[in-house]
Amino acid sequence: MIKIRGVHKYFEDKWVLRGVDIDIYDGETITIIGGSGEGKSVLLKCIVGLLKVDKGEIVIDGVDITKVSDIELQKVQKNFGFLFQGAALFDSMTVYENVAFGIRRRNPSLSESKIRRIVEEKLSLVGLKGVENLKPAALSGGMKKRVGLARAIATNPKYILYDEPTTGLDPVLADSINDLIIDMKKKLGVTSIVVTHDIHSACKVSDRIAMLYSGKIIEVGTPQDILNSKNALVRNFIKGVMI
Amino acid sequence: MRLFFAVGKFFKEVFLKLGRSFFFLQDTVYWLFKSKLEKEEVLKQMKRVGVESFPVCILTSLFTGMVLALQSGLSSKSIFNDPLYVGTLVAFSMVLELGPVLTSIVVAGRVGAAFTAEIGTMKVTEQIDALYTLGVNPFSYLAVPRLIASCLMLPLLVIFSDIIGILGGYFVSIVKLGIPGKIYFDDVTRYLEIMDVLHGIIKTFFFALIIFWVSCFNGFYTGEGAEGVGKATTTTVVVSMILILLSDYFLGSLLISFGIG
Repeated sequence: MIKIRGVHKYFEDKWVLRGVDIDIYDGETITIIGGSGEGKSVLLKCIVGLLKVDKGEIVIDGVDITKVSDIELQKVQKNFGFLFQGAALFDSMTVYENVAFGIRRRNPSLSESKIRRIVEEKLSLVGLKGVENLKPAALSGGMKKRVGLARAIATNPKYILYDEPTTGLDPVLADSINDLIIDMKKKLGVTSIVVTHDIHSACKVSDRIAMLYSGKIIEVGTPQDILNSKNALVRNFIKGVMI
Repeated sequence: MRLFFAVGKFFKEVFLKLGRSFFFLQDTVYWLFKSKLEKEEVLKQMKRVGVESFPVCILTSLFTGMVLALQSGLSSKSIFNDPLYVGTLVAFSMVLELGPVLTSIVVAGRVGAAFTAEIGTMKVTEQIDALYTLGVNPFSYLAVPRLIASCLMLPLLVIFSDIIGILGGYFVSIVKLGIPGKIYFDDVTRYLEIMDVLHGIIKTFFFALIIFWVSCFNGFYTGEGAEGVGKATTTTVVVSMILILLSDYFLGSLLISFGIG
């Protein structure tokens, strides 16, 4: 379980997060929605310890990552898989090497044949076959995201974080990524945190949706609760009206 | 007033960058001892710094040695009617100064720029963040291997450069100046001592540290986008070269005061 309490984050000239409070329960898929520049990705990076918070607590399975050393943080980070907006594949490596990267480091004693089996299994989970020897530059945007997801789930993480998983994809590809997020929950039982401004995607994949506005979570609820929200800011965001 | 603020902002940024660069070095040293060594990465970077830079370094030192011999021989000939102490001059120049400095500058331009561009691109495309999420510390995976490779391979390159430079001078001395080979090598070995060689090698360790520090720091703290990476790469080359040349004088003075060289 992840408990986020009073998280503040300051960047050079402004407070991006001004006291975020939210609990994320094991096994659920929660989506954080909000306008561009509201700090959704910043919150996601704070959760995984990529950014240090200026104030507040982030407690992951009982460990407050805002107070631990780098080595302890590294241990906590091993529970996470992260799908970056641009996939962030290592461009000097092939698809196979990208997916195998985390596996090799977690289990140095694993034989190459076992690693190959895991890589193939994870790639087939995301619907990819025969791309092992390609470099990321040879892949389409959707394929990159799939490989990024295969890499994220390769080490069987407890939590998967998705940063704008459908941004920049056509509607068909975007929907296939949504299906993948649902699949990951069904097949792997992971806790997923999705950041998006795509309300259609959020409603499709989420158990709960949280809206981030002006550095705070202003509403949390099931997709139905959010769609029927009486909060004008939430309603306007859903309808696409300028806030 | 505006000028006052501009100057203040400039110094604030300079000191911020300086502070960050020291923390960067501190983190690298911390992970050097705290993490498991990425042997494959170390070997890869050693090949990059040493093997792949070898041809260009050799070419540079060969022609430097040749031109040193030619110029000193002809000057000596015009003054004394005889090309005197050509071997001595070539050997001292190569071992004490030109070998370490020129090789380091070549490596700074070739490898330092590549370090910055590679790490900078990884930074802007979130590949460094991806390393963290895969449980790999970027300092132990990216910085430490480059530090080790630079500090091991640059001195080796300099030793080769010194030898090739002296051989270049030997070639010109025989072919162009008519100096017998034995006399040339007698000139080389008569005054050159092990402390002189050590002088050059010690300086090279510091130059290697400068190249690593400047290039990897600029990579890790590159600005946004392609423009940021481009600027960081240029900064690396310029700052490394300036620091190598500046530190050469001060390190040289310090080592001489300790009786080394």
